Amino acid sequence: MAESTTETVTITVDGKQVEAKPGEMIIAAAERAGVYIPRFCYHPRMRPVGMCRMCLVEVTGPRGPVLTPACFVPVADGQEIVTDSPKVKKAQDGVLEFLLINHPLDCPVCDKGGECPLQDQTLAFGPGESRFVEEKRHWEKPISLSDLVYLDRERCIQCDRCTRFADEVAGDPLIEFVGRGDHIEVNTFPDQPFSSYFSGNTVQLCPVGALLAKPYRFKARPWDLEQVESTCTMCSFGCRVAVQSSANQLTRYIGIDSDPVNHGWLCDKGRFSYQWVNSEERLSAPLVRKGDELVEASWGEALAAVAKGVKGAIDVHGPSTVAVLGGARLPNEDQYAWAKLAKSVIGTDHVDAQMGDGLPASVVLGLPRATIDEACAADAVILLAPDVKEVLPVLYLRLRSAAVDGRVPMVELSPRSSGLTRYCAASLGYRPGEAAAVARALVANQSPTAEVGGVSVEALTAARQAIGGASRVVVVLGRPSLAESAESVVEAAAVLAGLPDARFLPALSRSNVLGALDMGLAPGVLPGRVALDAGRAWWSQAGAWSSVPETAGLDAAGILRDAAVGKIQALVLLGADPATDFPDRELARQAVVGAGFVVAVDTFLNESAKQADVVLPAAGFAERPGTTTNIEGRVTRLGQKIVPPGTAWPDWMIAVELAARLGGDLGVETVEGLWDEIVQFAPSHAGASRAVLADRAHRDGLVLPLPFAAAAEPAEEPAEPMDPTAAPGIAAVEAPPADFSTAPAAVEKMERPGMIEFRAPADAAPLPQLDSYALRLVVTKPLYDDGTLVQHSPALAGLAREPRVRANHYDLDRLGLGTGGRVRVQSPRTSFVAEAEVDDGVPRGSVALTFGEHAGALIDVSQPVIDVRLETP
Amino acid sequence: MRLNAENVQRARDLIAIYPRPRSALIPILHIAQEQDGWLTEDAMEHVAELLGLTSAEVYGTASFYDMLFTEPVGRHLVSICTNIACLLNGGYELLEHAEETLGVKPGGTTPDGEFTLEEVECIADCGRAPCLAVNWRFFGNVTNDDFDTLLGDLRSGALRETVPPHGTLNRVRRDLTAWAGGVPAAQAARQQVEAKWAAAPPPVSSPAPATPPTPPPPPGQAPAIKDDRGERQPASQPASEQAADQAATVEDKGDTAK
Repeated sequence: MAESTTETVTITVDGKQVEAKPGEMIIAAAERAGVYIPRFCYHPRMRPVGMCRMCLVEVTGPRGPVLTPACFVPVADGQEIVTDSPKVKKAQDGVLEFLLINHPLDCPVCDKGGECPLQDQTLAFGPGESRFVEEKRHWEKPISLSDLVYLDRERCIQCDRCTRFADEVAGDPLIEFVGRGDHIEVNTFPDQPFSSYFSGNTVQLCPVGALLAKPYRFKARPWDLEQVESTCTMCSFGCRVAVQSSANQLTRYIGIDSDPVNHGWLCDKGRFSYQWVNSEERLSAPLVRKGDELVEASWGEALAAVAKGVKGAIDVHGPSTVAVLGGARLPNEDQYAWAKLAKSVIGTDHVDAQMGDGLPASVVLGLPRATIDEACAADAVILLAPDVKEVLPVLYLRLRSAAVDGRVPMVELSPRSSGLTRYCAASLGYRPGEAAAVARALVANQSPTAEVGGVSVEALTAARQAIGGASRVVVVLGRPSLAESAESVVEAAAVLAGLPDARFLPALSRSNVLGALDMGLAPGVLPGRVALDAGRAWWSQAGAWSSVPETAGLDAAGILRDAAVGKIQALVLLGADPATDFPDRELARQAVVGAGFVVAVDTFLNESAKQADVVLPAAGFAERPGTTTNIEGRVTRLGQKIVPPGTAWPDWMIAVELAARLGGDLGVETVEGLWDEIVQFAPSHAGASRAVLADRAHRDGLVLPLPFAAAAEPAEEPAEPMDPTAAPGIAAVEAPPADFSTAPAAVEKMERPGMIEFRAPADAAPLPQLDSYALRLVVTKPLYDDGTLVQHSPALAGLAREPRVRANHYDLDRLGLGTGGRVRVQSPRTSFVAEAEVDDGVPRGSVALTFGEHAGALIDVSQPVIDVRLETP
Repeated sequence: MRLNAENVQRARDLIAIYPRPRSALIPILHIAQEQDGWLTEDAMEHVAELLGLTSAEVYGTASFYDMLFTEPVGRHLVSICTNIACLLNGGYELLEHAEETLGVKPGGTTPDGEFTLEEVECIADCGRAPCLAVNWRFFGNVTNDDFDTLLGDLRSGALRETVPPHGTLNRVRRDLTAWAGGVPAAQAARQQVEAKWAAAPPPVSSPAPATPPTPPPPPGQAPAIKDDRGERQPASQPASEQAADQAATVEDKGDTAK
């Protein structure tokens, strides 16, 4: 038919002509036209199943009007649909009466009561009365599906949403329908919990109160909750969330469906991380060291102490003996304020927001950036990154979907298998330190003839086939292992950058680390993705900065090394805990002790802060306005819903105050003023004004830099409506408030400097020979770790697992260690006994460990790779 | 229990004949049930490993079907029909008698592990109501006395040939082994079907939607399951003649009683 080739089809819904996209379901087309068809099982992000029959409508076909499930039938040209006829009403009455047969009417004690699609749709479309007088079926009231989720089977209406999610979206089909007919229930295999990183989404999806989040159960009633749109900052993926609170306590997060980012999903770490914000152990007042103890002090006293310490260092040894470490946790505005304080007021370039687990700013900012959507629609994806399932869980969902549904071929360069390995066309398990050699073999013109970097010819050939002929390759780039140097990864990235039209999606997971790089919280860069030398004139003349450091400073490892030997006199820890967070814990510990004067600006009194001379309490998530930047460079707005504990301040305010006490002036007094200054002067942020960001058409944020200024003009088209049953409870979510009365016009005093471009670095230093009794160390970060925020979220703290030593069965056997058990791990630096386990996802010749106390003791950041021995204890 | 080596091989043979491993799930579950009489957790986990599924997926499927058991079942599964024809002819009375005799309620298993009693919907033997099945072997026109005799015979082993232990798939196994006897057998069978299709005249090209030709049923290959009745099926094993007589006796007695 001729119509099948047109862009849209025309259907009639309740007498109204509606344009629809070919292939979309009637229910979606009708919704866009403003006709709401009730539904339970239908979810816009999952395949239709036609399970609940709530969406029956009359569709006129060859046999006249026929009751048809609107979620299961695609639109066709000329289709006539009636959604409110007596026949449809009768069908809806019948379906609802049926669904309610076994549904207990315990709404008064149900968490979902008040935001329940079953409640709401029964009221709107139901019969009002039931004829069912028999006994309802009974199940044991809530059973535990996992550490985070309860299941109340009596309330379940078998819509298949949670089970479909687990199978289709998360790829963890650990919950299934068990039984049949009136015995049907959702359950796990006996004694195998629903241990998915994404289990919380099933709670959000459930259209009744059958699935309940343990941390939220009985904590609040939906009508008491206030909510605001925000962005989760537990990692740098930038999932949009509705932050909900009650009585100045955060109660829960619900994922908002942001089409370019998270599709409504959240990982459990993000979803339940609100608990740390509510923690009783948050810092609520400044602390100043008096003798051996940290004692509470007023802000005036504490800031005076900081100013004295920093000034002392500057006056005696010069500004380059002051260093600022951390800042990835901060919103963009606060990062800018701190960058300005450090680089302009203090005059040091020893500033680094990455804690030894990242890549140089010039690489991340210089490489052509891909968006998440581009990665998911690429001809091929190359993963040279940590396990995204562990560090950027929702990126894992997007990439998994691209591989499974979109058939995007993926090739993985990783020193050990990852969550995505099973979806990759080829997984190249390279020997740590030799990523560049493998990358060269991957892109070389001639086929490989011999093993490269521990990767077999067969694997390389399969990988070359998968990316062969691809014209749009996206490389997901990060640090696959903390125990190999960044140089070798950068060298490999430089090789891959040679692929035609290759783009890079940074897999740096630390909260707002991409914002930190954009805002200049890294050595050698200035705000706006500008190199120090290129931007010096602009920022010091046009950009309201009083001065710019002369030479590029040290990165985190360099700062800590200098601090350990006393060359850094004043060390500011900006939400950083090097003692537990830096890969080389030995060096970090020495640095915190060795630095003459340590200031910690943080939310908790962590290991490093305990050693500090002054501790300043900072505001946490949802306690301040601002913006944040995700891995693709997308800037979204953060919402404030509660006030910080005690007298904690937002970090930017601390920077402004300190600047004044150090005899300088940041020149801004509000967080809005900071953003205005950024937009005015940072080349990468031109055009992203507050008004543009606050526009509802840009509710998904803006990917910077904007292609051209006009793109940022407020759009006419309203955003798609939110499906009230897809994520019950967020219908009333509001954007953070915005006031534009003070926004300045853009001023062009001189030509803006160009942004950083990637230059291939010199080749990394040669690796030491691996002797045949040693194994090369791979260290990865797990989702649930021993970090401060996870450990202060009671629901998550227990999910962190004891790190195990993992090695190939071949190596364990070869070393006489059988199938594992207790082994002694020996390195030049340390030796300890730990549990070992067979894991054939670790290539021969390597040994893997998750980051923690043991791994931190093994890593020596001065070495390109770490070799260890395994022995019987 | 996990599948033994022989059954693992049978499972692998089955997996090989399907385009997707998952398709072999139900046949393999039957094999697992044959091995242990019911589906143990270990067996389901093993099947999941073989097919690359999660245990939950296997459990979900296994729990759906009434003939797959995820709870222990006695050596003899006594299924008494109480659907309309049997109800009118004393099905409930027979069930009550069975409950008293065995001392268990439907769903229960005798302490010696010999019998599990269950109440079932129509088992398609209405002509001989009230009827029951033991391990899916049929017995019709069953009186209380017949029932007691039957129990005695099952206990003594007199019916061993006709009524093998619960889970045994002797008939299905014969059908499966034709296919699962190995990949070559399966390929040969598939080639045969494909050759038949290739030989069929091509569909007439016309504006009207052409109906694809339906392949003729394979000659002389009647569905085997239909005559799966102990007493009527001409015994493939001569040793079961005695048992067939026994079953026939039950039938005769039922007739006389009427």
